[in-house]
Amino acid sequence: MSVLSARDLRVWYGTSRGPVRAVDGISLEINAGETLGLVGESGCGKSTLGRSILGLLPRGAVIDGELLYDGQNLTELSQRDFRRLRGPEIGLIFQEPMTRLNPLMRISDHFKETLEAHESSLTDEEIRRRSLDALGGMGIPPTRFRQYPHEFSGGMRQRIMIALTLVLRPKLLIADEPTTALDVLVEAQILQILGDLKKNADTALLLITHNLGIVAESCERVAVMYAGQIVEEGAARTVFSEPAHPYTSELLRSIISSKTTELHYIPGAPPDLADPPKACRFHPRCPYAMQVCAAKDPIEVRAETGQRVLCWLHGPEEEIPPGGKAPLEREAIAVAEEA
Amino acid sequence: MQKKPELNGTLLEVKDLKVHFPLRGSFVERLVGREPGSVKAVDGVSFQLQRGEVLGLVGESGSGKTTLGRALLRLAEPTEGAIVYDGRDITRVEEREMRSLRRKMQIVFQDPHASLNPAMDLETAVGHPLSIHGVTKDKVDMRRRVSEMLERVGLAPADRFLTKYPGDLSGGQKQRAVLARAIMLNPDLLVADEPVSMLDMSVRAKILELMIGLKDEFDLTYLYITHDLATARFFCDRIAIMYLGRIVELGQTEEIFANPRHPYTASLLRAIPEPDPAKGIPRDLPRGEVPDAVTPPHGCNFHPRCPRAFEVCGWEARDVRDLLEERWAGMAEQEFTREQALIGDLDALDEVSEIARVPSTEGVRSRHVVELLERIRREQPDTRLWKGARSIEEGGKEALIQFHEGLEPRHLVVDSVEVECHLYDDEARGRAEEHAREGLK
Amino acid sequence: MARPSLTRLFGPIREARGVPKWVVIAGIAITIAFVVFALFAPWIAPYDFDTYRTADGVRFPKQGHPSGDHLFGTNVQSTDVLSRVIYGARTALEVVILAVIFSLVVGLPLGLISGYFGGKLDRVLLLVMDSLFAFPYLLLAIVVAFLLSDRLGRGVMTAAVSISVVYVPQYYRVVRNHVISVREETYVEAARALGARPRTVISRYILQNVIQNVPVIATLNAADAILTLAALGFLGYGIQPTDAAEWGYDLQRAISDAGAGIWWTGLFPGFAIVTLVTGLTLLGEGLNDVLNPVLRRRPIQAVILPERQSRLPADEAGV
Repeated sequence: MSVLSARDLRVWYGTSRGPVRAVDGISLEINAGETLGLVGESGCGKSTLGRSILGLLPRGAVIDGELLYDGQNLTELSQRDFRRLRGPEIGLIFQEPMTRLNPLMRISDHFKETLEAHESSLTDEEIRRRSLDALGGMGIPPTRFRQYPHEFSGGMRQRIMIALTLVLRPKLLIADEPTTALDVLVEAQILQILGDLKKNADTALLLITHNLGIVAESCERVAVMYAGQIVEEGAARTVFSEPAHPYTSELLRSIISSKTTELHYIPGAPPDLADPPKACRFHPRCPYAMQVCAAKDPIEVRAETGQRVLCWLHGPEEEIPPGGKAPLEREAIAVAEEA
Repeated sequence: MQKKPELNGTLLEVKDLKVHFPLRGSFVERLVGREPGSVKAVDGVSFQLQRGEVLGLVGESGSGKTTLGRALLRLAEPTEGAIVYDGRDITRVEEREMRSLRRKMQIVFQDPHASLNPAMDLETAVGHPLSIHGVTKDKVDMRRRVSEMLERVGLAPADRFLTKYPGDLSGGQKQRAVLARAIMLNPDLLVADEPVSMLDMSVRAKILELMIGLKDEFDLTYLYITHDLATARFFCDRIAIMYLGRIVELGQTEEIFANPRHPYTASLLRAIPEPDPAKGIPRDLPRGEVPDAVTPPHGCNFHPRCPRAFEVCGWEARDVRDLLEERWAGMAEQEFTREQALIGDLDALDEVSEIARVPSTEGVRSRHVVELLERIRREQPDTRLWKGARSIEEGGKEALIQFHEGLEPRHLVVDSVEVECHLYDDEARGRAEEHAREGLK
Repeated sequence: MARPSLTRLFGPIREARGVPKWVVIAGIAITIAFVVFALFAPWIAPYDFDTYRTADGVRFPKQGHPSGDHLFGTNVQSTDVLSRVIYGARTALEVVILAVIFSLVVGLPLGLISGYFGGKLDRVLLLVMDSLFAFPYLLLAIVVAFLLSDRLGRGVMTAAVSISVVYVPQYYRVVRNHVISVREETYVEAARALGARPRTVISRYILQNVIQNVPVIATLNAADAILTLAALGFLGYGIQPTDAAEWGYDLQRAISDAGAGIWWTGLFPGFAIVTLVTGLTLLGEGLNDVLNPVLRRRPIQAVILPERQSRLPADEAGV
């Protein structure tokens, strides 16, 4: 059952240099109880995508396309309607947990405030019970219910924030770099918690991160984002073992894991979203670039291995003009463009 | 790393170094004369750094690795112990003298966006070490040297970058500039504090490759500080694992990975995220988080989280509090309320003591608390804490758990790996066996 | 390097849009007008500030209405009010510029040293500055003016120094606080790690990043200083009337006129004070809005999305 589905979604920002095409025509779908990892480097637009789902775009941003949640098109929603959605329907977990927690309020007060705002019919007793339940699920002992945020460590604060989000039982949870600021052992604990979500409550999770390792471990499906577009999307197992898009495979090769014996990297730097390359945005850096890649926008197809991919290497054959498959001549990428 | 380093003697030796930051303490505490305590960021660290090698300092936050790196350059003041650089004790050397030494010891910080002065263009910033140390006064000469260095770190063509400001550069480019600045005076030692953690994945490899190239060309010795074991494995010859201010394991990289001795090392290795969907999230990782560095755990710092802790690892009252809180965290409310009704204020367990006084609520007999503890033990007998318990007895208004004597881990050498863990200490194990034989009263 | 600071200063001003931009422009316009008056007083003003008769020796009317010869009228001493207003601008700006310079020269270095080194020096300086700050400012200015008038007489210098004493603590405070936060930045630590001496660290790394606040403070201070100067003049502790025209002094003289229905001797000097202070304040606040990165509103160009082009294969699109 689809919880969220996007089609040809675009989010452009106005700046003094011209429009920045942060999200430039993406389509994806998240089903109930599913975990989708949205992965990409900094500046690819993934955070913007997350924010657009929550209606948290800044002034000057324009959104277009279809973004269906529960039958409603979020691109047309007013701020007031978004406020009703945020919390009980769609929850958000940030990178820095301290930003959501008020240092002057006890944890119990945080829960009270959240629950009273969205489910005003609850009694005090019910509020207490649900709060302790949510906290218990995160491993926070009830004896610490009345403490202040600063009395908790970073990892515990993140857990409290997850509990605060989950206590409203949203259908969809968006986690934007939830573990980037945390140590690797605590990160594993948090990922475990997020992984258990679907078992307990059928919550769908959109995990936005630049860390492919945690996506591989905890997500069933993954979407790879580059320069405002989703270049590949499919089952995590497939994408990681048989990547269809050159960016994905190059990115995987450039990750340093404990099995790395040689360094690989992608020459050049991710493009400026205000002025991305014509046609396929990855073609200046792609080791397999063909003539057509610099001439025509790629069309989304299904690769043999099952994932959706946006790359001329996978066709569709009929759309490639004659001679289009010849390799592309490119000047050596000037080191000045190196990151 | 592919090449085996040419090691030519000890460049740096650190002996039992401690860096403690005193806390201010509240007004009342100072009035009463109570010691406010200090954050023991580095708490007795010893190692040697050979010329030409890359030593990794790996640890999580609170491990003290960053403070240690800074202390070596005297950017943080050592409280005790010694730092011997190239045969010379520099622990308490005057700042004036230290400044000339800084030509030879440099540091690269974690955040490339914050390491460069926003008001200086690259030519001035990268050339600044030259003018600070009076190496050259001639502007033409300085520009030539800076340009050479910029090209060497990959910022080419140099004249494009000379006039740029930090705000115009990407993270990777800034880090290259920072490296250029650090190498300007041809130092011997480079302390790299998380040089790539804040960069994108595809950029990390480039910067690491650059650092390897620079090391070979300029004959550098690196101290590579990181929390990322994966890059440490690739980059370092030896690795030191730090936990709460101490080095718990130190050895050749391959040996550490093939055969981790300390339980903390083992769990770190298991927790490294790999882009391999078959792997899945590691379960059975150590519980809890890095504890407070002001009052570290009794005995071994890692014992509250260690999956292999045993009798002599330093059990104390605070561990009982952790046990109870964890138990109650997952419990149904009814049960929890019933159990909590028996036990008084848990704050009584917040002391570093080998006797845990579990208070009973007003009107409840301590016998009931003892019964509760016994029941907890029967339900989960594998909880490591019970190994350390010698007896559970009724006290006046409390139940008393007496723990076995906790020992400080000694510095041991096991097959050329240095490790601080009772598991490898025959004496400690002997004592533990004796305790185990006595059983729990 | 001066270049980057100035470019960083003017860049945001050029980029500013909306209300803050017009505020800055209004402020600049008014201030420039007064500066012009001050600089070109001898050419703009019809008479000198103490001229009370014509070249032939005919005395000007006493307390005369505004007329063709005397656009703002004359006061009880038969001097032309318009000329006194224009020369008063010169006095005001002279004194205030000197006062701001003195305050900066004393307050800025002290703030830098205090903020960077901390410790006992910092505590002592803080105590001194806070005490000065707590002192009723006008009283302080009067006392200093009084003490200095023996040595330096009651001229522009005395007035400038008395006023600067009042404002030094403000510069000190603002600079010190900013230094304390900049001091903790990584690039400052990096400078120390390079082996830079404190002198170098302060001047090249800290000062250049702290100085952005100074123009705003200086401008707002100048506005305030005009008022302080006028107050001093009003109370008779300002500049010797024979040395220069001063608006505050004129106001005091105009009090007795008011009862007799003579409005022009008080209105015009008063109006001048209000206008110049307003101009400087607008300039200062406008600069703040424009320079302060938190308040700055970046110009946003409206975005026009081109027609949607589905990238999905033809059969899926339109479903």
